[in-house]
Amino acid sequence: MSWEPVIGLEVHVHLKTRTKMFCRCAVGFGAEPNTRTCPVCLAFPGALPVVNRTAVEWTIKLGLALGCEIAEHSVFSRKNYFYFDSPKGYQISQYDLPFCISGKVLLPTAKGDRVIGIVRAHLEEDAAKTVHVGGRTGRIRGADHSLVDFNRGGTPLVEIVTAPDIRSADEAKRFLQLLRQTIVELGISDAEMEKGTLRVDANVSVRPAGSQELRTRTELKNMNSFTFVARGIDAEIARQIAVWESGEEVRQETYDFEAATGALTPHRAKEEADDYRYFPEPDLVPVEPPGELVERLRSELPELPSARIRRLEAELDLDRATVLVTGGLDRLWQETVSSGAEKVAAANVIANNLVGAGLDPAAVPAKELARLVDGRERIPRTAFDEAISKLADPGFSADPYLAQEAVSDEAELEPIVMRVLEASPGQVEAFRSGKEGLLGFFVGQVMKETQGKANPRVVSELVRTKLGS
Amino acid sequence: MAISREEVQHVARLAWLALSPEEIERFAGELDKILDAIGIVAELDLDGVQPTSHPLDLVNVWDDDVPRDSLPREDVLANAPLADGGLFKVPTWRQ
Amino acid sequence: MAPVIDTLRLTAEGAKGLLERGEISAAELHAAYLDAIGVRDEELHCFLSTVDRPEGAGVPIALKDVISTKGVETTAGSKILSGYVPVFDSTVAARCKDAGLPLLGKTNLDEFAMGSSTENSAFGPTRNPWDPTRVPGGSGGGSAAAVSAGLAPWALGSDTGGSIKQPSALCGNVGLRPTYGTVSRYGIVAFASSLDQVGPVAKTVRDVALLYSLIAGRDPLDSTTAELPEPVRLPEADSLAGVRIGVPTELNEAEGIEPGVAVAVERAIALAEELGAEVGACSLPRSVRYGMPCYYLIAPAEASSNLARYDGVRYGPRVEDESYQEMVERTRDEGFGDEPKRRIMLGTYALSAGYYDAYYGRAQKVRTLIGEEHREALEQFDVLVSPTSPTVAFPIGERAADPLAMYLSDVLTIPSNLAGLPGLSIPCGLSEGLPVGLQLIGPQFGENLLFRVGHALEQALEFDTVPERLR
Repeated sequence: MSWEPVIGLEVHVHLKTRTKMFCRCAVGFGAEPNTRTCPVCLAFPGALPVVNRTAVEWTIKLGLALGCEIAEHSVFSRKNYFYFDSPKGYQISQYDLPFCISGKVLLPTAKGDRVIGIVRAHLEEDAAKTVHVGGRTGRIRGADHSLVDFNRGGTPLVEIVTAPDIRSADEAKRFLQLLRQTIVELGISDAEMEKGTLRVDANVSVRPAGSQELRTRTELKNMNSFTFVARGIDAEIARQIAVWESGEEVRQETYDFEAATGALTPHRAKEEADDYRYFPEPDLVPVEPPGELVERLRSELPELPSARIRRLEAELDLDRATVLVTGGLDRLWQETVSSGAEKVAAANVIANNLVGAGLDPAAVPAKELARLVDGRERIPRTAFDEAISKLADPGFSADPYLAQEAVSDEAELEPIVMRVLEASPGQVEAFRSGKEGLLGFFVGQVMKETQGKANPRVVSELVRTKLGS
Repeated sequence: MAISREEVQHVARLAWLALSPEEIERFAGELDKILDAIGIVAELDLDGVQPTSHPLDLVNVWDDDVPRDSLPREDVLANAPLADGGLFKVPTWRQ
Repeated sequence: MAPVIDTLRLTAEGAKGLLERGEISAAELHAAYLDAIGVRDEELHCFLSTVDRPEGAGVPIALKDVISTKGVETTAGSKILSGYVPVFDSTVAARCKDAGLPLLGKTNLDEFAMGSSTENSAFGPTRNPWDPTRVPGGSGGGSAAAVSAGLAPWALGSDTGGSIKQPSALCGNVGLRPTYGTVSRYGIVAFASSLDQVGPVAKTVRDVALLYSLIAGRDPLDSTTAELPEPVRLPEADSLAGVRIGVPTELNEAEGIEPGVAVAVERAIALAEELGAEVGACSLPRSVRYGMPCYYLIAPAEASSNLARYDGVRYGPRVEDESYQEMVERTRDEGFGDEPKRRIMLGTYALSAGYYDAYYGRAQKVRTLIGEEHREALEQFDVLVSPTSPTVAFPIGERAADPLAMYLSDVLTIPSNLAGLPGLSIPCGLSEGLPVGLQLIGPQFGENLLFRVGHALEQALEFDTVPERLR
């Protein structure tokens, strides 16, 4: 029996407004506990919420970027529940009349665009932070007491809910990368999972391949990188398939995915399912986004990542285009190519070296990068690496690095290659019996011997020649 | 009967009120009578009637995203029953 | 030597005059009230706390203890806020401060403003200055009784189902429940968000109008407030020529209205005609019958949510326990009295899964109908009149054991509250020696009209607001 995963994602985006959602306490990291609070976010008796206008505008902007309809009449609602981090005993969120509904994200794939439906995006406030003292690794289980810091409480959050249109863990990861890049380009959030400004919960179920039924789904929480989201989803898919195939039924539960062990542990047991008793927030009046506002926000949208991937695909290929766009580096690539670099080479250099390096692409001089791309095989590896690391430094010039020459003289390199091969008989054996990947190992050893000055391409050819392949 | 003892218990749990059996008994009787009187709202034909959430017809009331001073921490904790190192201290969640 | 101040007779306007003419100092004025409190409050128990030294050069004021006052304990009449000292002022308290009004003290109320007799206060009831064996009304009995007993020249109360109007009626003074949204709720311990309004209590309509002008107006800290479309006008005219007064049948013939109350109200209406008003009958077909059920679904629902913050974490006395759940549940059980518990449960039930549509959802729609009926009636008439309370002050303890009977005290004040409309109660006579209140209901933002009508009637009625036994 073959199974098809059915995956939906709930993504919480921390808006980087200056103040909280319903009060004007400053938002930010690192403040001493309970120093960014006021009667409103502390829920003192009589305190009342006031909407942050920028948070509303950014939510609408995000909804437009996700292809959503913007509600003409939108209402905040109270979600009632008791917990340490919820001082009012309710969270102000949205229920039946959210700001954004019925959108879609086009995820470019080799077989065309996959349409991932966006059911809704709404605006709400974040909970406070609780530290559990005395238990294992700060978890509630076994804790002696808890300490609450209300600084984070009240930060604006946009919750995006996708339709269950995602069909694999890998697809979820690619969707999240695209979504994240979109959010970052709108300037509304840093959207970093590691810092908690982007949080992802996954709803996972499986069904017999080809059927349309929707079976019981479970919820996965507490995954703090896209990779872990994918791993968690994969683990849960496997678990659910095993359950169904053993004749049992999947139960509706919430799991935490423990990245270190790959284990799925059931979330804190709730005595009974929460009845949130949603009702319209009486302390706030409805929002009816004026038409001119929506149109202005729409006109301010940049060309979105999905569209740019498709455009770049024509000049490169889907994978390279995706990596460049979701890494926020496609514009740099265009400028580097315009400055004379070869397309694929420039894409490889940028993709392999700049993605995730934390450089600000806007600070990189494209002309210099283009020269580096052109000369990269001529110069020593170490020189190239150093140049890359300093690309964003003010006034960067490729000159000093291009002046260095990598050793390409075969006559000079051959003895070193021989030495390395003789010193590694086991690896040579393995290589000869099919482990082609070891080529990298040999090249690496030669690079080490030459302090990075050898030309890796020449070395690589020499090794192949010597090993007779 | 408009509300049963079990429903009163359920509602008390949702509202985090620890009621004694005597209180449950007493409140069940009172709430039952009250709900009976309230129940007459079922008599009206409300087809097509919009709900009123706000008596005043206001929309789009909001503030610019400009920070204001937060409370000094001594004020924040001034009425706290128990505090520790600048944080509110509470017993932990029962598993 | 300073003139002897008869706090029983002195109006706020009168006190203002004395201060402006330098005939008396703010400290002397404040002291006079503290003296009166010393003499009469042990019996009446209007005040939960008093302030010794006046801060401000104006006419002192008493504030209902749901009004947050920075540095001064604010209990909302409940054990769960015993010892709670706000670190911020409510907007209305701040506006009083800005107007130079020294705080006299915080007045007693039904716990969390839930009640019609002030018997639900966790700190003991307040007694009616006309007859201390009787209730002063509620939930704001403390403020109303203080004004009538000469313990404060004026006061602020809060009104959700009638908690300003009804005590004013039972104590024989003037109380205004303003148009919803004209007075800030920021810092007011919340009961029912879409119904709560703070309003003035005083001996005369002009005093009430003056106090209203000091506190009303949009507050950026309360998203449900609006600017007044026109400034407050202190009333002067004594004629009612050109005023159309509507008498809704259902409000005036509701079950439970005592004959003595009906007679006093009829006389007041006849007097209005003599003053030149056109009086006519009108109808609010569903507002009275369905007003109470509608209110007792909406108010408790909002209250159940507003009272969820009382958990012993950030303020108020805490009942220690080993687990968070137990700590919170026991703190709430011991801290809340019966009436808040009843309403929390009622409200939770009305919002809960499976019941929302039948209860809370329905009530929101009934509210729309009630609003429409009032608006239609107010197209034909300028103000609507009725008794404020079906009965005069009832004996302490008479209704305390029967919640439903207690709820019926508000049957006449609730409907216009649901519609968000302003209501002014003025004393219009006595029945069996106890005050009867006349309720004037105006259109949205119609306070100036209410003041005009109320003032003219007040002048003609010549009701002596000093309780007979205190003269």
